[in-house]
Amino acid sequence: MLPEFGFGVLLVGFIVTVYSGFAAWYGVRNKSASLVESARRAQLLTFPLLTIAAGVLIYLLVNNHFEVSFVYEVTSRSMPTYLKVTAWWGGQAGSLLFWAWLLAMFTSAVTVRKWERDLEFLPWVIVVSSITLAFFVGMVVFYENPFTRFWDIGGQVVPSLFAPSANATVFTPDDGQGLNPLLRHPGMVIHPPMLYLGFVSFVIPYAFAMAALITGRSDDRWIRITRRWTLWAWLFLSLGLVLGGRWAYDVLGWGGYWGWDPVEIAAFMPWLTGTAFLHSVMIQEKRGLLKHWNMILIILTYALVVFGTFLTRSGVLSSVHAFANSPIGPLFMAFVSLTLIASVALLIKRWPELKSETEMKSMLSREALFLFNNLLFMGILIVCFWGVISPLASELFTGTKITVGPPYYERATGPLFAGLLFLMAIAPLSAWGHSTVQTLGRALWKSALAASILTVGLVFTYTKNIYALIGFFLISFVFFATVHEFWRGANARMKAQDENFFAALGRLMGRNRRRYGGYIIHISMALMAIGILGIEIFQIETQGTVASGESLELADYRVEYRELASWDDFGSAVNYTRSVVDIYENGIFIGQLYPRIDYYYDSQQNMTIPGQHATLKDDLYILLVDWQPVSNQGATFKIYVNPLVNWMWIGSLTFLFGLMFAAWPDKDPADEPVRKRVGAGGRQASAAD
Amino acid sequence: MKKLFLTLSLILIFSVFFTGIALAQDTAPSDDEVNAIAKQLYCPVCENTPLDVCPTEACRQWRELIRDMLAEGKTEQEIKDYFVANYGARVLSEPPRTGFNWFVYIVPPVLILIGAYILFNSFRAWTKPRVAESGAGRGKEAKPSAGDDEYIKRLEEELKKRK
Repeated sequence: MLPEFGFGVLLVGFIVTVYSGFAAWYGVRNKSASLVESARRAQLLTFPLLTIAAGVLIYLLVNNHFEVSFVYEVTSRSMPTYLKVTAWWGGQAGSLLFWAWLLAMFTSAVTVRKWERDLEFLPWVIVVSSITLAFFVGMVVFYENPFTRFWDIGGQVVPSLFAPSANATVFTPDDGQGLNPLLRHPGMVIHPPMLYLGFVSFVIPYAFAMAALITGRSDDRWIRITRRWTLWAWLFLSLGLVLGGRWAYDVLGWGGYWGWDPVEIAAFMPWLTGTAFLHSVMIQEKRGLLKHWNMILIILTYALVVFGTFLTRSGVLSSVHAFANSPIGPLFMAFVSLTLIASVALLIKRWPELKSETEMKSMLSREALFLFNNLLFMGILIVCFWGVISPLASELFTGTKITVGPPYYERATGPLFAGLLFLMAIAPLSAWGHSTVQTLGRALWKSALAASILTVGLVFTYTKNIYALIGFFLISFVFFATVHEFWRGANARMKAQDENFFAALGRLMGRNRRRYGGYIIHISMALMAIGILGIEIFQIETQGTVASGESLELADYRVEYRELASWDDFGSAVNYTRSVVDIYENGIFIGQLYPRIDYYYDSQQNMTIPGQHATLKDDLYILLVDWQPVSNQGATFKIYVNPLVNWMWIGSLTFLFGLMFAAWPDKDPADEPVRKRVGAGGRQASAAD
Repeated sequence: MKKLFLTLSLILIFSVFFTGIALAQDTAPSDDEVNAIAKQLYCPVCENTPLDVCPTEACRQWRELIRDMLAEGKTEQEIKDYFVANYGARVLSEPPRTGFNWFVYIVPPVLILIGAYILFNSFRAWTKPRVAESGAGRGKEAKPSAGDDEYIKRLEEELKKRK
């Protein structure tokens, strides 16, 4: 009964969504306020409907309704309840429903708030988001239904939504297959929702951009309305990426957090265009430039969000042919193409109206440097996109499969990332409108000098690797330039307002939250870059088989194998093999680690959990690779020393803080003219803002 | 003749001796030596997982194969060639630079250069009129929107002050 109910609600949700989009479109075309209002109410109804459908699915998941094929695929009796709930997004059908549910929530949030204020845009926002929502809900209803059940027709079991024939009975398996053990990790429990939150919330700025194009408003109103949305979308997407990295580091057992896997890149690509967008909208706000480019960026971001979902959901990555066989692959492809063509057509139609209000004056002005920043982000995007696409193209056109792995990406993106760091150091100190080598030089020479001294110091104390030194120079340049900028601002305010330094700094930052939040993010990027440099350039590893009491040595560390135990946990149907190793640094005992392997009986999969000893200097990362089950005499360990990698996580936390600082809601920014803010926080900021 | 024989036999003895040492070293290649090669290979079954860290049984066997081949005295290149010959180019972490695969390497830099070219061209287009109109005043400049006026005025005042 329940699955039918869930499906019924979903179906109603689909119809209501389609109605909402259509009514909004028809209403606004024919100036029918009542029809538009009806569209809005229909839109508001989609969220509770999808919530009920999701609630039904969660009920089925939690209560072991294995007759439902989705429940059978992602849960098992031995899984704890919280994992059964999160299994909602652990499989295809559920995660598409999750996507749709989030979108319904966001669109409702937009239409509930400020309906009167944005009356001009909102009908079109409803049209655009309803099209997207209808696509996702439609896919769940017609192709990837989470409420499909198993039916027994004379001994043969078939999955179907309704009884396939009169004599069919519902078939209930004894137990489910269980969630992929790799997904049974706290990181994996929150990583997909974060990523999806980021993905889905980018739909909102896109919808507003389209509304601006359709209504022909060429000013930056759509940008101001969606500024917070964009920041939050970016926050969630970034968090999703970082959590995914942490999960990989803790669970996948290959000693790193980022493997340039196409699935990772699928989430990274919208982040790249989103980051470029966040920067270039500032040029439009402050200078009225680049209106076309901002449209292109948000259209690209939206397309990449859907494309990313397509890449991870259609199976196209494992084989082009898997894509052709999956029902949703071609649909996704068609949807991405159609929305892209429609958006670009709209943009071309409005092209002449989006002319720049002023002109670019100097190659070193802030807006010009932002454009270089955009070029570099686009460059990284091209490298990533091409790296994901070429194996597919090769398989399609030549029939041979190829792998495009880390060496390709590292070589191609390395210089681009270095360029971004350089811009991060100099752009915040360049002026809007006009900068010269002299003004920039005056603002930057101290930071450049400090960074050079630090780099020379590193040559003597840490490394002579040229790439590492270039990296460390750029990182410290960013760091010093940004800190100097904080100091200068606070100092100017301190003198002007007669406050003490910390009060001045606090007020300065409080009045310019977006700007100083942005600087904190820049610092966090520099911190993360330390971690990335460390693991990319200085990671070392060794592997060996040792008997109890023997040890392996790597760098300053000695790892001594003590003992190993293996046991079954019948409650959760897992076999644990846990080793105990003593670790010594320069001969001094510093602790014990317990690298282990968990074997999940229900899904017959291994999970390798490393033992980690984390310091600011490096991370000792020990994997249990193998052991002799009979004698317990020897075990094989793989040991990594990952220098500086923990700066990555420190940077992530700083990043989170910076973003919260910039994005935390205060007064609604859309109510406040943006350009009035220029110059707040002391006179010196006016030209340098 | 006798001398030649002596030399030859000496060479023979030495070569046997040295090969013996070489063989003795190669009989048990260490895990690190195996991993150094496995790191550069991808198994065709587990997608996007380098062979040195792949936990599956198939990959374990492949690592043993590398170990055996190392023990036989095969070089790194020979081992990689063997895997490519048997399982296709996809076992390599990067496609070999031949034929169609050149697209993989050529397209991104070409696109980035085109992007840079467009950007620099736009800069030229943007900055030129300013030189032309420096005497003619603001006539040619696109009209700023109402909200801009104040900001731009202030900005320009400040710029003047700096000059």
